[in-house]
Amino acid sequence: MLRLVVRRLLQLIPTLLGLSVLLFLWLNRLPGGPASAILGERATEADVARINRALGLDQPVWVQYGRFLKRVVQLDLGTSTQTGQPVWDEFVLRFPATVELSVAAMLIAVAAGIPLGYLAARRRGGWLDVTAVSGSLIGICVPVFFLALLLKGVFAVGLGLFPSYGRLSTGLDATGVTGFAVLDGLLTGEFDATWDALVHLVLPAVTLASIPLAVIVRMTRASVLEVVGEDYVRTAESKGLEKRVVRVRHVLRNALLPVVTAVGLLTGSLLSGAVLTESVFSFGGIGSFIRTSIDARDYPVLVGFIMFIAMVYVLINLLVDLAYSLIDPRVRVH
Amino acid sequence: MRMFRSRTTRAVTAAVAVGLIATGCASERGKDGDKGGAKDTFVFAGAGDPGSLDPALASDGETFRVTRQAFEALLEHEPGGTKLVGGLAEKWSSNPAGTVWTFNLRKNVTFHDGEKFNAAAVCANYDHWFNWKGTYQSSAVSYYWQAIMGGFAKNEDPEAPKANYKSCTAKDENTAVIEVDRPSANLPGGFSLQALAIHSPKALKEYEKQAASGKGDAITYPKYSQEAGTVAGTGPYKITKWNKGNKEVTLTRFDGYWGDKAKVKNLVFRTIDTEEGRRQALQAGDIDGYDLVSPADVKTLKGQGYQVPTRDVFNLLYLGMTQEKNPALKKPQVRQAIAYAMDRENIVKTQLPEGGKLATQFMPDTVAGWSDKVTKYSFDTDKAKQLLKAAGESSLKVEFCYPTEVTRPYMPAPQDIFELIKADLEKAGITVVPKPLKWSPDYLDATEAGACALHMLGWTGDFNDGYNFIGTWFAEYDKQWGFKDPAVFAAVTDASKQVDPAKRVASYKKANETIMAYLPGVPISSSPPAIAFGKNVNPPKVSPLTQENFAEVSFT
Repeated sequence: MLRLVVRRLLQLIPTLLGLSVLLFLWLNRLPGGPASAILGERATEADVARINRALGLDQPVWVQYGRFLKRVVQLDLGTSTQTGQPVWDEFVLRFPATVELSVAAMLIAVAAGIPLGYLAARRRGGWLDVTAVSGSLIGICVPVFFLALLLKGVFAVGLGLFPSYGRLSTGLDATGVTGFAVLDGLLTGEFDATWDALVHLVLPAVTLASIPLAVIVRMTRASVLEVVGEDYVRTAESKGLEKRVVRVRHVLRNALLPVVTAVGLLTGSLLSGAVLTESVFSFGGIGSFIRTSIDARDYPVLVGFIMFIAMVYVLINLLVDLAYSLIDPRVRVH
Repeated sequence: MRMFRSRTTRAVTAAVAVGLIATGCASERGKDGDKGGAKDTFVFAGAGDPGSLDPALASDGETFRVTRQAFEALLEHEPGGTKLVGGLAEKWSSNPAGTVWTFNLRKNVTFHDGEKFNAAAVCANYDHWFNWKGTYQSSAVSYYWQAIMGGFAKNEDPEAPKANYKSCTAKDENTAVIEVDRPSANLPGGFSLQALAIHSPKALKEYEKQAASGKGDAITYPKYSQEAGTVAGTGPYKITKWNKGNKEVTLTRFDGYWGDKAKVKNLVFRTIDTEEGRRQALQAGDIDGYDLVSPADVKTLKGQGYQVPTRDVFNLLYLGMTQEKNPALKKPQVRQAIAYAMDRENIVKTQLPEGGKLATQFMPDTVAGWSDKVTKYSFDTDKAKQLLKAAGESSLKVEFCYPTEVTRPYMPAPQDIFELIKADLEKAGITVVPKPLKWSPDYLDATEAGACALHMLGWTGDFNDGYNFIGTWFAEYDKQWGFKDPAVFAAVTDASKQVDPAKRVASYKKANETIMAYLPGVPISSSPPAIAFGKNVNPPKVSPLTQENFAEVSFT
């Protein structure tokens, strides 16, 4: 197990190096630069040249890359050209919001998706199955931004049940500890802040959960249908094992293997793909920051973020592998 | 089976209960009508986060909207207008050469940190900016200082502009004298800029401790400008918290303010970066007002009982022509043909909110120096065709860049405006090659580099001086326009050198007439940006310079 963890972590080094080279080449080919993004209509040729000199962007790409590598070795990701603050500080400030949103969305997706997929498979052809299959198709097809606007229009603007934007209500003087608004309220005893954060999470999390929920429902359903027909399930049933034991230990446990892989990958994509949801709900996470960073050609943020996400993907894959070994003893043996 | 069902039932029941409680709580909060608690908090949404709490380091409207409530400059603009009035200086005057500016300062003014405002404080600020070093000399950081006062005591970049600021002297407790090297069209207007607002000398000393924190190869804003606590101005509000995670800046009424105290105790600026999001937040009762209202939403909001005042126009949209990109544009008849071919009235009628105006020159009619004697080019397709024929360009083909994914105060719907102009030009026989570009930085870079033969851009004025508009474009050669015409450049620069205000205005009028006779591009329109407020709000006077004073706001 330890060897697996170490091997995977070592694999990160060439992955990140290769990715950083590709990123630098890509960024270097993009039109425009941060100078005119900073000054807007006010940018003059002289101003742009001066800012590029100040940022070292007039240097050849390999010189910029060398400078970047030197900084990374010193655990310094550079400074955001948009905010003038260290990139790491910007991540620390915004990433908890994205993690909170993604985790909430994934909890919704898993909590609803697995039982729904399982029940749909068990009652194949019934109304629940038809509803789950067609509902998941809609979940995949409806664009996230449209769903976000729809939910917001109905539940925030129309019915006034939930806030229309943000992570916390205005004027709520919550104490920040970890940056995770829900957790901070629990840690500091400010339960109203936790409640407020949860209420703010509902609409964006439901929006963001739509695609993973649909995927999980369909995967669980397909997987359960496949496993139910396996010999070992029939054997277990004919042995006279209690139905609950057959369902949980033999059917669900085996059916969940591909679902766990999907959950891992979907979590990674949520962390990097919450851009639209965060924008519509003005959620203040990393997604909306990246969107403005692309507009502003904020190279340090873009490089840092993409490498960070790559790292997250590798780590999530590692966790998925570890989860595999817990679910499937055969993996442990090998 | 029974066990499974009962578990499922319990889980569903628990989920429903939680949902109901959440719904109930949310509903209760909604019923209050003020989700932040009592009605002593006014929440206003802008489109972007402020960049800094020190306005001297900023050049964007979102930053100035926040800092303007906490910092005051020597001069200000009349509420709701563009006329210069006293700010921290009650009176001001200059010598005949326009190089020595004397300010009689307001008495009994204190800063938020308890320091006394006086002439020494004014000079401490101007000397602080003049002596900036390192990354502070980047135009990304000190844009407005450089635009108004030139460079620094010791320019570290040989390309930096030559310093115009010479000195500031505290003649007595309440008289500050600022000397500049050469007369400038940017003065006295520049003294009203937020970027030159006065800070507490005690805070300035704290700033200087952090001045060296900027790194050589990046612009790192100092800590004091990124969190509330150090900055201290004299305005009706003091900045008390900047919660970046929640995209929220909180200001609290300054009870020691010298003028009328703020009517609402707390003022909160929140960032909601989409037009749709801001409108929905107002409709949901989550905010009390917002800026950059889409023209398409004005009618709906008004119909629902919201207040949507529009500001007087103080901006300009124009069709730029880059002569070096397409040699045909060097011919006056071709430029005139393009102007005649455009139905600009139609653009104003169909694309701008109520109060939009047709532009006849490169400044709005609210700017001193606007002339009613400029050459006019009213819509006439036949005349355009004749001019093209006379120029030998009957089959003119021209590339036309337009920006995507953006709205600007002067350009609410770029693509729609582009489509209208394209259709007009094609009616006159001009073949248009569309080139859509992402606004930032692609479009901005392309237009600035002179890579677009035709393009649309604009400007929102900083203060009421003609040079702030025409000086931006036509004082010297600029790649965006790609022409060198000594008569145009001389008309603009000569006007800017006039010290006497009346003579300067007259010179700007002449300069406008010269420019429109030459016709380097086609001024299109001036658009009144709208701002929205809740039904229960007594809004502030709206300002053409977007300089609303939120201390005037109250709830009904």
